[in-house]
Amino acid sequence: MNLDLNEEQSLIRATAREFAAAELEPVAAAFDRGEQQELFLENLGKLAELGFMGLNVKGEYGGSEAGVIAFSVALTEIARACSSTAVTVSVNNMVCEVIQAVGSEEQRRSYIPRICSGEYLAGAFALTETGAGSDPAALTTVAVKDGDDWILNGSKIFITSAPYAGVFVVWAVTDRTAPKGKGISCFLVEAGTPGCLVGRAEEKLGQHASATNEVLFQDCRVPGSALMGRLNDGFRVAVGELAGGRIGIGSLGLGIGLAAIEAAGRYALERKQFGRSISDFQAIQWKIADAATELEAARLLLMNAAFRKEQGRSFAKEASMAKLFATEAANRACYEALQIFGGYGYTTDFPAERYSRDVRLTTIYEGTSEIQRLIIAREVLRSYA
Amino acid sequence: MYFQLTEEQKLIRETVRSFAENEVAPSAAERDENECFDRELMFDKVAELGLAGIVFPEEYGGAGADYISYAIAVEELSRVCASTGVTLSAHLSLGANPVWLFGTEAQKQEFLKPMAEGSKLGAFALTETGAGSDAGGTRTFAEREGDEWVVTGSKIFTTNGGDAETYIVFARTDKDAQKHHGISAFIIDKDTPGFTFGKKEKKMGIRSSPTRELVFENCRIPADRLLGKAGEGFKVAMKTLDGGRIGIAAQALGIAQGAYEAALNYARERKQFEQPIAGFQAVQFLLADMALRIEASRLLVYQSAWRASAGLSYGKESAMAKLSASETAMWVTTKAVQVHGGYGYTRDFPVERMMRDAKITEIYEGTSEVQRLVIGTAITRG
Ligand SMILES: Cc1cc2nc3c(=O)[nH]c(=O)nc-3n(C[C@H](O)[C@H](O)[C@H](O)COP(=O)(O)OP(=O)(O)OC[C@H]3O[C@@H](n4cnc5c(N)ncnc54)[C@H](O)[C@@H]3O)c2cc1C
Ligand SMILES: Cc1cc2nc3c(=O)[nH]c(=O)nc-3n(C[C@H](O)[C@H](O)[C@H](O)COP(=O)(O)OP(=O)(O)OC[C@H]3O[C@@H](n4cnc5c(N)ncnc54)[C@H](O)[C@@H]3O)c2cc1C
Repeated sequence: MNLDLNEEQSLIRATAREFAAAELEPVAAAFDRGEQQELFLENLGKLAELGFMGLNVKGEYGGSEAGVIAFSVALTEIARACSSTAVTVSVNNMVCEVIQAVGSEEQRRSYIPRICSGEYLAGAFALTETGAGSDPAALTTVAVKDGDDWILNGSKIFITSAPYAGVFVVWAVTDRTAPKGKGISCFLVEAGTPGCLVGRAEEKLGQHASATNEVLFQDCRVPGSALMGRLNDGFRVAVGELAGGRIGIGSLGLGIGLAAIEAAGRYALERKQFGRSISDFQAIQWKIADAATELEAARLLLMNAAFRKEQGRSFAKEASMAKLFATEAANRACYEALQIFGGYGYTTDFPAERYSRDVRLTTIYEGTSEIQRLIIAREVLRSYA
Repeated sequence: MYFQLTEEQKLIRETVRSFAENEVAPSAAERDENECFDRELMFDKVAELGLAGIVFPEEYGGAGADYISYAIAVEELSRVCASTGVTLSAHLSLGANPVWLFGTEAQKQEFLKPMAEGSKLGAFALTETGAGSDAGGTRTFAEREGDEWVVTGSKIFTTNGGDAETYIVFARTDKDAQKHHGISAFIIDKDTPGFTFGKKEKKMGIRSSPTRELVFENCRIPADRLLGKAGEGFKVAMKTLDGGRIGIAAQALGIAQGAYEAALNYARERKQFEQPIAGFQAVQFLLADMALRIEASRLLVYQSAWRASAGLSYGKESAMAKLSASETAMWVTTKAVQVHGGYGYTRDFPVERMMRDAKITEIYEGTSEVQRLVIGTAITRG
């Protein structure tokens, strides 16, 4: 057992930390207020140049080939400063990875390098629909064969990065007669394809700088070469990729939690009430101790899941455990941090309220906490059967 | 033990609920978005229902009802809009009640009556930058000059600040006294020369309730505006906050109730995996825990309200009620967002607002840590 990062991983973490501190942290509050959208996008370009958009992607496709652990630590560092940036990076990596995993050689060569280089500021993962959230197999967007082409109809909701994505990975029903989940396929739809429209933007509790939109397909015609992976095998692909994405969201949650507890700890050392620093009160010390402990356990669960994925071993259960634990621990850490700030924590003069709003999403997207528990229980029970 | 509301209390619940649902709820999201305090709706109309001074005797402009009725009123308003709930709570418990408790007859006629009738809005200014949980850190000073007091200093985080007409302000009148000694309470009118308003806070939640800084620069007030005895201000503040906690506990209870109902309705309608999500144990257990925690908190709140009306001590009980109800509100609203899934994170549903609103109930009128201190001291003193 060696729990240290290797040299490359340490370097990536240091680079991410430096970038986050210099470029993201100073503007994260402005991003949250909906300001400086251009700078937000510019930063995505810079992160691509630094190699953060394809961390676990092969060099021949423009990736950094740094592995899953590096991906996890990089995301944590970015999320410490700006979770909207971090989620964009996480989804971009997930899109690159799914194309690398199931795309044809031609699809890999035409899309992955564009995302890795920043030519496309983002890729989008378009699975969720109004009637298909936790239950994605219930999706109803359809793709119908027309000669060599496919014609897509339907709509997707809650799609991260939709307005600035260069390509959408879209799941649609290709066999309506197949049993649930067995007739779904995956397509690559380029932004700007006629009939592919970015719809309404969601107004959200947090992660304001990351766009979340509806995506509509109205007689959207794509060539036969847009089909990715085997016909009717799309649901299995989605489930597999989400497991990897969970390492990303868990790492992101960890970053927000660490940022919150650090800010609160510094504040507690400075803030005086009753003639002492509030850090002298056990009530405050306990919060910091609990948060630090839970976040450290979360980090280890994430490292374990990332390590297993990197080794090519099964990691779905471990990724669900890590996501569940890290995001719930991060939620607790953020609320306790806000509490340590007292009334000031409730104002926008300090970042605690933003962290609390941002972190709330992490137990919802890429599988709610309830769904993680279902997956974990299923895997654990299976091992006893 | 008799756990039933009286006919009068039930009637108050019905009346306030119908007002809250028909008039307050429709604009709650928009007022939150625009950080807008709509005085006519959030106070004048509330006063028309007789709520502005509901617990005070009729001769002082009140409705002569008990504290349970008051708690019900704040609860019902907060169930749809926590900002409207706190406007009433800060006005009645913090603005009007200290005058009722400590005011002279003349002060009651001049200040309590218009507040209780609802022609004037009240506010309470204790907190300063260096004096939050520790009111003993007060650095606003009042010096006696002839028949006047001259007030200098500033207060932060004053609810209803800028919009209220009547302010209960705490200042140090004895420069040499330490900590909580030598502080006095004053009643100050909005348009007094030397009294201005500073920054309006930008907040996570209760965004349609204004929170402002108050600034006093050589602000001269007549000697008869001293509330209670000179040097007794800390006692005035603590007694006032004992009662205020009932209001905030009721506010938290209302927020929790609103979020619980929203989650319950959503869970029954939302289908995933071919069935309403309310059919999944994971969701049912959340709803069950919500209902349980809310009911336990409600009993604590009504118990402390009952004790207040019965003339029994209620400092410990109101601290317990506030602690339990506010932590319940935070937990319930957070889980209500969870039951709504991704939709809960958007502004199309009210639960994200409720979650932002709930957080303040663990902070103001004594943080959760301070409530634990109050309870812990009371029970270990024996
Ligand atoms: C800001 C944001 C960004 C997003 N980005 C993307 C994206 O880029 N691409 C994408 O495809 N999707 C995205 N999503 C969608 C997200 O993954 C879904 O919101 C999430 O999977 C939950 O689905 P739902 O919202 O429909 O909730 P529902 O599935 O309706 O869930 C409601 C509640 O029921 C519970 N529940 C459901 N089924 C069960 C069960 N069987 N047992 C127990 N409990 C259950 C859930 O846990 C939850 O508490 C995003 C969402 C948001 C809010
Ligand atoms: C929206 C809003 C409205 C408000 N309205 C009013 C109002 O109308 N009138 C008014 O006077 N004030 C008002 N306040 C102020 C509010 O009551 C204070 O913010 C609160 O009492 C906490 O004080 P503080 O913010 O200075 O936090 P601090 O006292 O600095 O507390 C910081 C942290 O230290 C902890 N702590 C402090 N002392 C101890 C201790 N001895 N043991 C253990 N932990 C401790 C606290 O619990 C907290 O977690 C309002 C505040 C807000 C945000």
